Amino acid sequence: MEVTSYKTDMEFFVDMQRCIGCKACEMACAECETNGHESMIHVNYVERAVTIQTTVQVCMHCDDPVCAKVCPADAISKDDFGVVHTANTARCIGCSNCVMACPFGVPIKEEKYDMMMKCNMCYDRTSAGKKPMCATVCPSQALFYGTREEISRMRPNSTPVNTFIFGQQEVTTKVNIMMPKGSTHLKIH
Amino acid sequence: MYFSLNKKAAFIAIVVTLFCVIVSFYGSRKLQNFDPALIAYLFGTLFAVFGVIYRYCVWLQRPPTRMYFRRTWQLIFTGRFFVHAYTLLIDSIKNLLFQHFIYPRGKKRWLAHFMLATGCLAAFAITIPLTLGWINFTLDPATALDPGAIKLYNANFFGFKVMSFELGSVLAFLIFHALTWCSWLVIAGAVIFLVRRLTNAGLIASQTFEGDLLPLILLIFIAVTGLGLNFSYAFMKGIAYDFMSVTHAISVILFLVWIPFGKFFHIIQRPAQIGAHIYKQEGKKKGMAVCPHTGKEFTTQLHVDDLKIVTKQLGFDFTLEDGTSHLDYSPEGKRSLLAKAHLKARQEGGTFFG
Repeated sequence: MEVTSYKTDMEFFVDMQRCIGCKACEMACAECETNGHESMIHVNYVERAVTIQTTVQVCMHCDDPVCAKVCPADAISKDDFGVVHTANTARCIGCSNCVMACPFGVPIKEEKYDMMMKCNMCYDRTSAGKKPMCATVCPSQALFYGTREEISRMRPNSTPVNTFIFGQQEVTTKVNIMMPKGSTHLKIH
Repeated sequence: MYFSLNKKAAFIAIVVTLFCVIVSFYGSRKLQNFDPALIAYLFGTLFAVFGVIYRYCVWLQRPPTRMYFRRTWQLIFTGRFFVHAYTLLIDSIKNLLFQHFIYPRGKKRWLAHFMLATGCLAAFAITIPLTLGWINFTLDPATALDPGAIKLYNANFFGFKVMSFELGSVLAFLIFHALTWCSWLVIAGAVIFLVRRLTNAGLIASQTFEGDLLPLILLIFIAVTGLGLNFSYAFMKGIAYDFMSVTHAISVILFLVWIPFGKFFHIIQRPAQIGAHIYKQEGKKKGMAVCPHTGKEFTTQLHVDDLKIVTKQLGFDFTLEDGTSHLDYSPEGKRSLLAKAHLKARQEGGTFFG
């Protein structure tokens, strides 16, 4: 972690309306070395009874990560690049506080390991200047990892947004969601 | 660098350290049984006691830790004490002594951790009471004076005899070399972990030298210099014993001083896992929370309610306009709500893609 080739001009852009539910990202995520070959990305139906729409969710890497704050064991840390890392295996006590407090529903409690695991933006790859596995295989580009210039060229009618409103709480993140042009935030409630 | 002294934690740590000094003073029969050769280790141990208690108290003051700590003891002492005591005992044997939770993560990993942990904990159990003068060994006076008798050695705890064994017996060999066995366990476990950390791509990307590699190197160094002491007097007629004893003492004291600050603190934190198990077990009996989106149970209602309190204490407020909370939703529900909000925004924008 000390010496890296992390590219600070590269960002993650998510557009869940583009998700076709192919789960290629799930397969690719399981290739990530830092996950110990467990898939950490979420692909699920939004409301299966009325629509076949699926949604995809990676860790949003919050600027002020609730998961890290509610962790009673200080097992989750955020590095200088803003990447919120998965639980420190030595410290995590498997309480699931992070799983239930994350406003995006990202961390996973692996019951068999009695430990939380989550997406850490393929740190083995991004720290070497490469793209996260999921973004390299997404066929519909619901997941895109690149520069702001690239995304603005590709999506001229969209704006990356990284501010989310959950009732009284505003959450800002490192990962962006592609919204209609001119949007400043996404209000969930 | 920002530093602030946590007065409450410092007070408790000082009291516990002083208590330890008093117990050692009287436990060693007013220093009569205290081994002066261990004086440097004594100060290292007392510093470690102070540091560990200080950090533990600071740690317990964090809102989520405080909540779990309080709830665990509340749940244990509000009825069904013996049921919880039994859970506590079984869970401690399973997860603290045998570290069963590591087994599904990898058999080799479990074996390495088991050897490392057993070696370290056994060494703690032997050296700390020795250093503090709680345990000492004496030659049995009756057999010592009789030239024809088999010499007996007494092991004393707080000056009281607890067992005797014959000098030169198998038991004596095992007892006198107890730290040697610990050293081999530590070396075997630490080497497996070191190889793993040097070859696993995921670990290479996320580990730090001081946080992950140095603790293993230090443990190996302690174990090797400790074995060197034994090797020196058993096979080298005492040659290099002074060098070995000094390097061993330095490495052990570094280890003791580092316990409160670095990776070794997880040894102190680990019992909290049992608290989390009891919390979950008792929470289930009180009732499960049902996600308003998925309609499925996802965690205990106690957990959701406590998280609402803890997040507010930490400066987050997920309260919604209708008085409910975003935390009432399951992880899957939260992801779906985000997707629905995104869809709505796209619909209002006039196009699904842009």
